[in-house]
Amino acid sequence: MPKGITGMFRKWMIAFIVLIFVPLAYAGLAKNSIQVKGSDTMVNLAQAWAEKYMQKDALNFVAVTGGGSGTGLSSLISGTCNIAMSSRNIKAKEIVLAKQKGINPYEIKAALDGLAVVVNPANPVAKLTIEQLAGIFTAKITNWKELGGLDEKIVLLSREVNSGTHVYFKEHVLRKNNPNGQEEFAPGALMLSSSQAIADEVAANSAAIGYYGMGYISSKQKPVSIARDARSEYIMPKIENVISGKYPISRPLFLYTNGAPSGIVKDFLDFVLSKEGQEIVLATDFVPVIK
Amino acid sequence: MRKIKELVIEKLILICGLASIIFVALIFLFLLKEGLAVFNIVSPFKFIFGKSWYPISEPAQLGILPLILGSLLVTLGAAIISIPIGVGCAIYIAEIAPLKLKEALKAGIELLAAIPSVVLGFIGMVTLVPLIKNIFHLPTGLTALSGSIMLAFMAMPTIVSIAEDALYSVPKTYKEGALALGATHWQSIWRVMLPAASSGILAAVMLGIGRVIGETMAVMMITGNAAVLPNSILVPVRTLTATIAAEMGEAVVGSEHYFALFAVGIVLFVISFIINVTADLFLHKRQ
Repeated sequence: MPKGITGMFRKWMIAFIVLIFVPLAYAGLAKNSIQVKGSDTMVNLAQAWAEKYMQKDALNFVAVTGGGSGTGLSSLISGTCNIAMSSRNIKAKEIVLAKQKGINPYEIKAALDGLAVVVNPANPVAKLTIEQLAGIFTAKITNWKELGGLDEKIVLLSREVNSGTHVYFKEHVLRKNNPNGQEEFAPGALMLSSSQAIADEVAANSAAIGYYGMGYISSKQKPVSIARDARSEYIMPKIENVISGKYPISRPLFLYTNGAPSGIVKDFLDFVLSKEGQEIVLATDFVPVIK
Repeated sequence: MRKIKELVIEKLILICGLASIIFVALIFLFLLKEGLAVFNIVSPFKFIFGKSWYPISEPAQLGILPLILGSLLVTLGAAIISIPIGVGCAIYIAEIAPLKLKEALKAGIELLAAIPSVVLGFIGMVTLVPLIKNIFHLPTGLTALSGSIMLAFMAMPTIVSIAEDALYSVPKTYKEGALALGATHWQSIWRVMLPAASSGILAAVMLGIGRVIGETMAVMMITGNAAVLPNSILVPVRTLTATIAAEMGEAVVGSEHYFALFAVGIVLFVISFIINVTADLFLHKRQ
């Protein structure tokens, strides 16, 4: 029996030692690593950048995680990531908080994104104005009948509040760029936790309407063409229309660093803004910033 | 040498024993420290009975009544579904089922408990949600009812295994006495076994409910997360847990939104604390 206990003891000691040293070993390896965190919209894009970048230089390691723009910026502020991805501008409040913690957010515009408004392919409604969109998402318009569709109650799909897409849509569509606007998403809007969840629900529900980055459009959803107002031209969410600036709901995608980038972070960002990096932007259905 | 070893192990185990209490205390203190700060911005009354939840607007509206009602509605629905089935299942396993079937049923229940909640949520999203939409002709199937049904599956293993235990620990002589007096099998179960095991069964129910109200992933996936005051079980709801899970990532550390989410955590903690203490009281009464 005592022998058994010593044996157990030894086993536990080994487990203990492994537990302590494995993370240490990783920390040593991770010297050349960059943590990139934030916007879910940008995760696929950043992952593509990271993979290409790591192929070129196997010693450098870029880890990409999502979670939402707010998540990325708050971890930049708390110092747990090197680069924050954000699909909205940093808020004044966040800058103040960052300064308190000795962090200086530095903004880099890395790509552009068109926000597509999608409905079920069975829905006859194919074009909407910004005014109508605002009406729909604030529940002033509640039936597709009012927009020339079938007699069905509109089901609103929105991203969660941690999403930069949510914030952008609220500020630029619901409030029509008015910084003092008070419009809010209707409380009855369903808050889904990912763009993919919205895509799935739109595909399955004939009365649903949702919004997300252009990259998520597939044949199971129908993108709606959008006009600034009733007299303007209705524009489809397509890459060329975002580049030309004709499509009314497009937004810049940002990367934030602490102070002007240096060392390996700068190396990575130079790659992102290079011709090769921007080709990856195009390949992942976003819009490059440099032509 | 042996004595020293005994002593060391004894003390180690003592530390392990105390650790859980210390952790609970630390967690609660941390929750209080972070959460109470929100009451500098909004009064407790307005926080709990406020009807709109727009945490990132300027100024933020921090009313969690829709969230509390959402949680309670989903939990109530899950309780109504899982209690009769769970207790019935426990009675069958403890009193009626032949030995072989009993083992199979018990294994099945344990398997049900082992399914991760995210998997249940996913299954619910693809199977249950469209079904509910079509049956009730709703605009969307992401409703409180979908959440209740999925959560009932999660509460059932807890209810069945603890209730079965309670029935099993009723002295055999009770049942024998009842049968000897000429009661039928059902009469002896209904009039003798169930009342004798009632406190254990109530504890089982409370623990099952406790599991449901704290569940996050599945409800976040299938209840639609719309922060409206629910007027029926067929509308989307947003629960306390889903709110914390969905928004904690966004909240800037030290902002009012961050404090508000911790305060939501306090509310949740208090609710599940009450449920667990009630369950504990029932369990001790039995002994």
